[in-house]
Amino acid sequence: MPRQTLDREIHHLQDEVLLLGSMVEQAMLNAIDALKRRDHEAAKRVYHGDEQINEKRYAIENRVLILFATQQPIAHDLRLLAAILEVITELERMGDYAKGIAKISLKIGDDDTPIPTREISRMGDLAVGMLHRALGAFIAEDVNMAYRIPQDDDQVDELYNLVYRKNLAAMIANPDIIDHTNYIMWVVHNIERMADRVTNICERTIFIATGELLEIDASDDEWDDDEDEA
Amino acid sequence: MNIASPQTLNIAPESIEPVSKKVITSITIGEKADRHSLESLPVKLSVAELSVYYKQFKALDKVSINIPENKITALIGPSGCGKSTLLRSLNRMTDLVQGCRVEGQVVLDGKNIYDPDIDVVDIRQRIGMVFQRPNPFPMSVFDNVAYGPRLYGIRNKRILDEIVEGSLRHAAVWDDVKDKLYQSGLALSGGQQQRVCIARAIAVEPAVILMDEPASALDPISTLKIEELMENLKTEYTIVIVTHNMQQAARVSDFTAFLMVDQNQSGSIVEIGPTEQIFTNPHHQQTEDYVTGRFG
Repeated sequence: MPRQTLDREIHHLQDEVLLLGSMVEQAMLNAIDALKRRDHEAAKRVYHGDEQINEKRYAIENRVLILFATQQPIAHDLRLLAAILEVITELERMGDYAKGIAKISLKIGDDDTPIPTREISRMGDLAVGMLHRALGAFIAEDVNMAYRIPQDDDQVDELYNLVYRKNLAAMIANPDIIDHTNYIMWVVHNIERMADRVTNICERTIFIATGELLEIDASDDEWDDDEDEA
Repeated sequence: MNIASPQTLNIAPESIEPVSKKVITSITIGEKADRHSLESLPVKLSVAELSVYYKQFKALDKVSINIPENKITALIGPSGCGKSTLLRSLNRMTDLVQGCRVEGQVVLDGKNIYDPDIDVVDIRQRIGMVFQRPNPFPMSVFDNVAYGPRLYGIRNKRILDEIVEGSLRHAAVWDDVKDKLYQSGLALSGGQQQRVCIARAIAVEPAVILMDEPASALDPISTLKIEELMENLKTEYTIVIVTHNMQQAARVSDFTAFLMVDQNQSGSIVEIGPTEQIFTNPHHQQTEDYVTGRFG
């Protein structure tokens, strides 16, 4: 059947998306770990490792565009490949968030002002867990799962709000640590945005399966801007 | 280094809204809200419960389809699904096949073309046909195009000149043949021959033009010219096209009907819808499998 090439290419691309996703998950976990342990070398590795995430993203985009040109995908194939273009953009941005956290880690340096590591770790685990399940749902085209995952964003937002309030109180109490708390706000902001972007992946999963272009609203538009990673 | 802006920090914790998850549906791909649905368009040809038999074999099984006016409707489906049979039954070309029998109705402007009192010649004037291979008559370009009008009694040279030039212009081939009007139509290129055949079809001012794979024997440039021509022709004519070329159906048609055979090898329509929907989000698995090349 003439389908074989396209099917093979699509399976390969799905594997590549999963690989890119795992690179992003690892980068985020490593960035948070480096921050917690104040491990500057590890932070530098995350910072420079973002290059590989970008390269992987462009390699996938290149393959998708070649398939558009050579295979003229339609119907489900078209929706899947168009969704992959969207998803890899989200993943690449998430990689930037991890890079941003690594950068903040280096900025904070050896400043021994306390870092709310428990909340940050928990937020990171939640966001990375959401991403992991979202990519599983994306490959399996599991619509129910895609609708469920964004609900977990609430927990990430709650932790974000908690850190925000704590930081605000700390800044009022001691204006000398404003720079430091700003850095911490950027860390939790990046993790919070990562979880928001998982919702976009879930939306594309629903699109592949149903053809429906929809938005699952997270109602936190105050923070929705594009130049927001540190 | 970006630092959180002051206005970000000025947001009081109480002002942060509790997060809620609403689903805002924007659009479903291929189904634009502003698009006319098939049901809302004026119908030019209405096919109702049409079954076509070749002796004992039932090639089409109770097909019903409304062909919208001034639109291009594509019939697609694997070989042997009955799409050409359906096309040919729309102007009673099936009458010419020995042992062929038709049940059901094909209604053009309110009149069933299979009614006993219908003049078949009249039907074929109102519903013209363009075939897969260009088939100019072995006569001059001018006589090819003037053939139909002469058949219907037009003898006036000036009127015939006007019809021939107008038809050739309409068929986007006038500039190619204006200096070769009295040369044999067979001497033209394949693409030019096909456009002369289209000119011949429109010279008798039909309401509907049926096209049976009109570009499958042509090179890519000629194919593109035919496709652009179809786009222009639909402002005045209703067009039905059978094509094996999926991309061509996607490019040229407004609506697409997908036909397939059932377990008795009789053809029927699986799905009909706006072409944009059929090619981006077909509703039936069989349509999906066919347009994505999984069978056929």
